[in-house]
Amino acid sequence: MAKTHVTTTINGDLKEFLCEPGDTLLQVLRDELGLTGTKEGCGSGDCGACSVLINDRLVCSCLVLGVETNGDVIETVEGIGDSDKLHVIQEKFLEHAALQCGICTPGLVVSTKALLEENPNPTEEEARYYLAGNLCRCTGYDKIIKAVLDAAETMRESA
Amino acid sequence: MPSNTLFAYAGLSHASHATIKSLDLDAVRSAHGVVSVITADDIPGLKDIGPVIPGDPLITKSSVEFYGQVLFAVAATSQSDARRAARLARVEYDLLPADLDIEAGRKANSYVSPMHCQQKGNVDFAIDNAPFSLEGKFASGGQEQMYLEGQVSIAIPEENGNMLIHTSSQNPSEGQKLVAKVLGIDYSKVTVQVRRMGGAFGGKETHANQWACLAAVFAQKTKRPVRLRLARADDFSSTGKRHPFESQYRVGFDKEGRIRGLDVDLYGGCGMSADLSNAIVDRAMFHIDNCYYLPAVRVRGYRVKTHTVSNTAFRGFGGPQGILAIENIIEQIATATGIDPLKVRERNFYTDEGNRNRTHYAQTIEQHIIEPLVTRLTETSDYYERRKDIRKFNVDNDVLKRGISLTPVKFGISFTMQHMNQAGALLHIYTDGSIQLNHGGTEMGQGLYTKVAQIVAREFSVDLSRITCTATRTDKVPNTSPTAASSGSDLNGMAARDAATKLKKRLCDFAEKHFSTPRSSISFNNGQIIVGKEKYPFEDIIKLAYHHRVSLSATGYYRTPKIYYDRETATGRPFFYFAYGAAVAETIIDTLSGEYRILRVDICQDVGQSLNPAIDIGQIEGGFVQGMGWLTTEELKWEQTGRLASHGPATYKIPAVGDTPSEFNVELFPNSPNTEATIFHSKAVGEPPLVLGISAWTAIRDAIASIAEYRVSPILDAPATPEQVLAACDHLRSSRAL
Ligand code: FES
Ligand code: FES
Repeated sequence: MAKTHVTTTINGDLKEFLCEPGDTLLQVLRDELGLTGTKEGCGSGDCGACSVLINDRLVCSCLVLGVETNGDVIETVEGIGDSDKLHVIQEKFLEHAALQCGICTPGLVVSTKALLEENPNPTEEEARYYLAGNLCRCTGYDKIIKAVLDAAETMRESA
Repeated sequence: MPSNTLFAYAGLSHASHATIKSLDLDAVRSAHGVVSVITADDIPGLKDIGPVIPGDPLITKSSVEFYGQVLFAVAATSQSDARRAARLARVEYDLLPADLDIEAGRKANSYVSPMHCQQKGNVDFAIDNAPFSLEGKFASGGQEQMYLEGQVSIAIPEENGNMLIHTSSQNPSEGQKLVAKVLGIDYSKVTVQVRRMGGAFGGKETHANQWACLAAVFAQKTKRPVRLRLARADDFSSTGKRHPFESQYRVGFDKEGRIRGLDVDLYGGCGMSADLSNAIVDRAMFHIDNCYYLPAVRVRGYRVKTHTVSNTAFRGFGGPQGILAIENIIEQIATATGIDPLKVRERNFYTDEGNRNRTHYAQTIEQHIIEPLVTRLTETSDYYERRKDIRKFNVDNDVLKRGISLTPVKFGISFTMQHMNQAGALLHIYTDGSIQLNHGGTEMGQGLYTKVAQIVAREFSVDLSRITCTATRTDKVPNTSPTAASSGSDLNGMAARDAATKLKKRLCDFAEKHFSTPRSSISFNNGQIIVGKEKYPFEDIIKLAYHHRVSLSATGYYRTPKIYYDRETATGRPFFYFAYGAAVAETIIDTLSGEYRILRVDICQDVGQSLNPAIDIGQIEGGFVQGMGWLTTEELKWEQTGRLASHGPATYKIPAVGDTPSEFNVELFPNSPNTEATIFHSKAVGEPPLVLGISAWTAIRDAIASIAEYRVSPILDAPATPEQVLAACDHLRSSRAL
């Protein structure tokens, strides 16, 4: 099958890749570009583990084709922070022990970032509503919500 | 991954019970990117990977026993090519009648193994002579583990025919054994490594093996690394779940609600093979008493065969199903006597008073924690006040009804197979004073690596950052048990401590001689080793010891004492100890739509002396929510063909962030060290809290019961989906109209 040449900006860097028409952005990120922070939980848009931002919009990368992203600005969890310099959201997830196996965490970090950009001061209910597309099988969510609200507060204070 | 890696995928059956007339793989072989195709005939060694007894073909040959069974496998140069090719087979089946549920299996008299019975006292006499008696039926559904990371394995061929396997498995040693047998090579030629899993919950105890074995067959054949990862829908269809259960019971009790005798038959839906079903149905039987003293009891556990995927371990391992069965009975007794269910529960608790302290398998309950724990939770959760308010709310409101319920748990800790209760660890100290730890337990998000590292840090009195816990590998610690039965830190923590104790002794022996000082003057303190009046940094003594040729590496080992079970007499002490807990859940239901919300949950859990409160509370919250999901929204549905219809998170609803209570209070029961000599007197925490999810189900039941002023028992099986709740409401409305 003929491969398509795609140019995007990922985490601030210009990235070019070749992909087949059927390849999802998730496949491209993980298998072509080695950005394995984005996870696959279902491959059908139902779990949020593959959440990324495309032009500041929160999407499931398993539902986006790689070829569709030509010219787009993409942000993955790798662009939000890394182990040398964690983002406040990541720090708060650690502080509140809001992760167990961690597979849902990158998606939740990305979704939380999108939430707080749209709404820096969410109520608990608004946060739950916004994050409803991110499944976690381990934690029971209580610590996640606490971490998200704490991150919001900290980010507001330092803004 | 190396660039020459192949991607394997399995070809799955589209019939639930059939003989295979023909299997035409030509189109698979010629599909784009395909490098190799295997059938049962291509397996070099063992063809059946049943973990306890045979019954689980790696690739089936002539017959199909469930929809989604592996018929062949294909390896291709990309994951998409492999998946596409796997769908191109042409299979002709001769369909056979399929038993898709427990009822059908029972009718067909089809069992994966013989019934086991536990009995105490004269049950029939006790029930017949009790002031009151009831009989009934009850069913609870299965549950998909839905670990967020699906099943995946990579097999990498190494020199001399050796094989390295990376896999998402709770049981590396069993994976090693099966890969070796399937390939027809020695166990010593296979190494299995598990760095961590993205959740497992029992679903990767035995059901991870098949994918590792298939990848290994291809790797051996093609001499290339091979990766096999299941897509979610196939992971749902082709790997085992929690056993659905049906029970039939007869119970005798007095007017106070005290049970006199219980006769119960438990039917576990095992699927097409035994897998771990014997131990799972046994555990349901062991937990039929929950926290309650049963003066006379007969419990029979049947292992029903159905033409569905073989059911397997899932957090609780049959225990929750047994406990749910008795909790339903308690609810029935409460309705029949008109007594608050909490009172009925308390009156039946095990107690030393009147020797009401022996289980139906003759283990004596030694630590009576449940009574004070429930008393505490009743107060902290304000149970009685809220119950009053709720009763009033229900009188004032016709459509919305609220319910509240407290349910307790007593959970037996230990593998019921005695030999599995052992563990090993390996500890190295390097000359810079850093410590490398390895043990047989696997990390699946439960925080085991952290807990065991903490134990080692505490033994040496050094900072946790000094310790690196390396991936679980069968070449570091051999012959390990699965990380299951909540036993991870109990077993591996003790083994690691044993290794640390050995090294400490060597260091002390050395220091004693080297510094000519009495042993009593040597101690480990805060990153230092104190010798008499001198304080040395830990690493200085390590260096010194190395130069004086002291071995700085040790293995550790542990086996759980005291436990045994005699199957002949169905008596013994299968559990080293019990972990307790209780939860109060409050719900509101819409009696016209069946929808509901869980509003508030209060939990008090006995974890002994907690090894790590943050981790323990995380286990409790996550366990509760998983148990709540099992009994509320998680419903497995099969089509008539035996195809699983709910095969992904869109159709199978695990709790999402909006489904969990916004008021969620969790407390660790204070000042309650384990009286058994467990690691720092802690208790296991993995499985027991899942059982507390039952309180959500009983709270819903309580809300429904309000429709008929709590005088009629709602007919409610589990899960209590909105459809079920609505049907139960309708039933009570019509009974009220009569
Ligand atoms: S993997 Fe994309 S939503 Fe689940
Ligand atoms: S931490 Fe495991 S799925 Fe969320």
